[in-house]
Amino acid sequence: MTTADDTRLAMQGTIEALTTGDGSEPVVVNLGPQHPSTHGVFRLKVTLDGEIVRDAEMRIGYLHRSMEKLAEERTYTQNIPFTDRIDYLAAMSNNLAYCLAAEELLGVEVPPRADAIRVMFAELQRIASHAMANGTFINDCGAWHTPLFHMFRDRERVLDMFEMTCGARLTTNYMRIGGVAFDLPEELLPTLESFLADMPERIADYEALLLENEILHARARGVGVISLEMAINSSLSGPVLRATGVPWDLRKANPYCGYEHYEFDVPVGEQGDCFDRFLVRMAEVKQSLRILRQVIDHLPDGPWLADLPLHARPEPGEAYQRVESPRGELGFYLVSDGGPAPYRFHCRPPSLINLSALKEMSIGGTLADAIVTLGSIDIVVGEIDR
Amino acid sequence: MTDFTGLTSVLGAWYDFRDLNNLQRLITEWIADWGPDWLASIITGVLGALGVLGVIGPTLLILIWVERKVIARFQQRYGPNRVGPRGLLQPVADAVKLILKEQLAPRAADKLIFFLPPVLIFVPGILIWGVLPFGPRMSVADLNVGVLFLLAVSGTAVLVIFMAGWSSNNKYALFGAMRAVAMSISYEVPMVLALLTLVVFSGTMSVNGIVEWQQQEDVIFILLFPLSAIAFFFAASAELNRTPADISEAESEIVAGYHTEYSGMRFGLFYAVELGNTLVVSGFIATFFLGGWWLWGLDQWVPSWIILLIKTGAVYFLLIWTRGTLPRLRVDQLMGFCWKALVPATLLFVVVAFVQRTLLISEGWDTTIALPIMAVFNIALTLGAIMLFARVSRPAPLRRPARIRMAGAQIGGLRAAREVASRTEEPQFQVGGD
Repeated sequence: MTTADDTRLAMQGTIEALTTGDGSEPVVVNLGPQHPSTHGVFRLKVTLDGEIVRDAEMRIGYLHRSMEKLAEERTYTQNIPFTDRIDYLAAMSNNLAYCLAAEELLGVEVPPRADAIRVMFAELQRIASHAMANGTFINDCGAWHTPLFHMFRDRERVLDMFEMTCGARLTTNYMRIGGVAFDLPEELLPTLESFLADMPERIADYEALLLENEILHARARGVGVISLEMAINSSLSGPVLRATGVPWDLRKANPYCGYEHYEFDVPVGEQGDCFDRFLVRMAEVKQSLRILRQVIDHLPDGPWLADLPLHARPEPGEAYQRVESPRGELGFYLVSDGGPAPYRFHCRPPSLINLSALKEMSIGGTLADAIVTLGSIDIVVGEIDR
Repeated sequence: MTDFTGLTSVLGAWYDFRDLNNLQRLITEWIADWGPDWLASIITGVLGALGVLGVIGPTLLILIWVERKVIARFQQRYGPNRVGPRGLLQPVADAVKLILKEQLAPRAADKLIFFLPPVLIFVPGILIWGVLPFGPRMSVADLNVGVLFLLAVSGTAVLVIFMAGWSSNNKYALFGAMRAVAMSISYEVPMVLALLTLVVFSGTMSVNGIVEWQQQEDVIFILLFPLSAIAFFFAASAELNRTPADISEAESEIVAGYHTEYSGMRFGLFYAVELGNTLVVSGFIATFFLGGWWLWGLDQWVPSWIILLIKTGAVYFLLIWTRGTLPRLRVDQLMGFCWKALVPATLLFVVVAFVQRTLLISEGWDTTIALPIMAVFNIALTLGAIMLFARVSRPAPLRRPARIRMAGAQIGGLRAAREVASRTEEPQFQVGGD
């Protein structure tokens, strides 16, 4: 078919659309898999009536790596690196959740120092992940990368600390079944101290730049609203759920790693809109800093890894353990048939389940609102597709 | 002045460097000695156009570097620093890359209309420079309807943008073009009204005349009509597709808007014109509202075009600053702001300008006393209008403050949520609201 034919066909379609009915037809626009604001290879198919979103269809699977199946062929320890790559922006939390599940299956007692170190890195990871989430969220609101780059400074410092401790920045592979791989290096605590000393000033900077920004308010307030009941019914978790006002945080509700010993609050929003999600994340960073301070002050001595054979064979049975990852409830479900590898390895990814509410949130709003809403959910496509 | 000796006096006798226009006059006189009048005006016109083009080209290359560096500083980065000293040659490297890149066209694009826009967009982009006065008589064409010319020419760019968006046969491009058309047509209105204020008050439509009026009355228009200046600045940044009004090429929404399908130097031309327009609009803002080439007598000592360039640079920096800081408004919000806020406000100031002009001319008020009073009155009116708008225009979701409560020990689902929400006494983190 020649170009002229193509053009004529396109023109015919347009003319038909103009001459039938009210003279208009909805436009289907693909946002992604290659699009600047889909946070990876995620495809959102929206049906637009002018700028208004009438329907939204989520297409996932572009980053599917079959991790759950692959994990059935590897030993429990060998599976830890997979979890880094599930949610690559919160590798520590994923390591932790998997290790907790494996520990429950094996019945391992974790030394107290390991617990404290795990809490420390989980909270550092939360700060890094929220910096990324909030930065990209403001980017989706149309700011030209400035808040993102400012927040990246903090993320860089956290990643430097990861590198210091375990040699890797993104895919850390630091947690082990029964503890953590290495003890804290000498230079970590002073670095962490200076980080904790600087952060309040940084956060004050961000708040001065963003919180009273009228344009940000106009873009994010009342946008992508989800009701409290709907959020609970959709089984949302993390900041998306807390923004609707539900005080649900697994660190309080189902404490692990000794979170019950630390003093911190659970910030909850009111409206369940994009701005509340953003505020909840901002407030959570402060709470993480509070927890970090307590961890440093009460860091126990002793071993950091339980004495455990490398190729442990758990008794036949099953275990499910969940943690509050930066994105919400991250759970790992393991089934053992007595062999060296899990019989079933399943991950409950918070991104996927939070994303399922996107359609509900975005229909009726404009295209721009849908983008902002997608940004506020804070998805990681690696976790959605696994 | 007469004490100047040596080189300065020699140079001064040959060519008064404060005013490049003298050069043009010399050429005109020289041609007039041996040729007809029309030849002189054609040759000086061509020379002027070449001069403007010669200035724009290198300036654009430097501007790309400046903008990237400044934005980088806002973002805690270094910016380009690899090619050439301090990265100064980066724009050249980029241009070479763009020229060498393959120019793709979508299969189903309307080829002719797809090919034209990158070229056509240059026409208004260059023509506008014609009426920008760099000095007392230093513009390519000192039209007596310069303001009208400016508005008419800048209005044609939207047609080109729509051609680009429509012919690309791409949905992002079409959305970008639709947004650009809607926005340009809307924002043209406050832009015209803002300039109408100046035209009414100074009684001239010549751009140079407006500068000369400011010089005569020893006042710059931003003091007399601050709201018109703000409205013009915002309308201009909307027409220039810069944040907070860059909806027609909103990266996070519609990729690159109307020039999504343009690659290589075709994209480069759009980009260059956009930058050039930003510069010339900064120049016009400086001319209309900041006194242009005039600066309380300093123009007697410093070349007038340097004064204009400094003022232009200041406005340009402001544009980069807003771009580096602010998020983007939504389409409907941007339109609403135009029609609900800018148009009434600028209209109000047109009326104010009429009244004040009448007082000056018909009632014969003394300008030295009347102008400061009017300035104070207008500034107060501007502040009042802005505050009124801020109070009235807020949509319902923004009226309530966004609150973050600390759940403390309360954990659970629906019931816990209601309990937390019903608590009022505890300290809350609160932001926004009336």
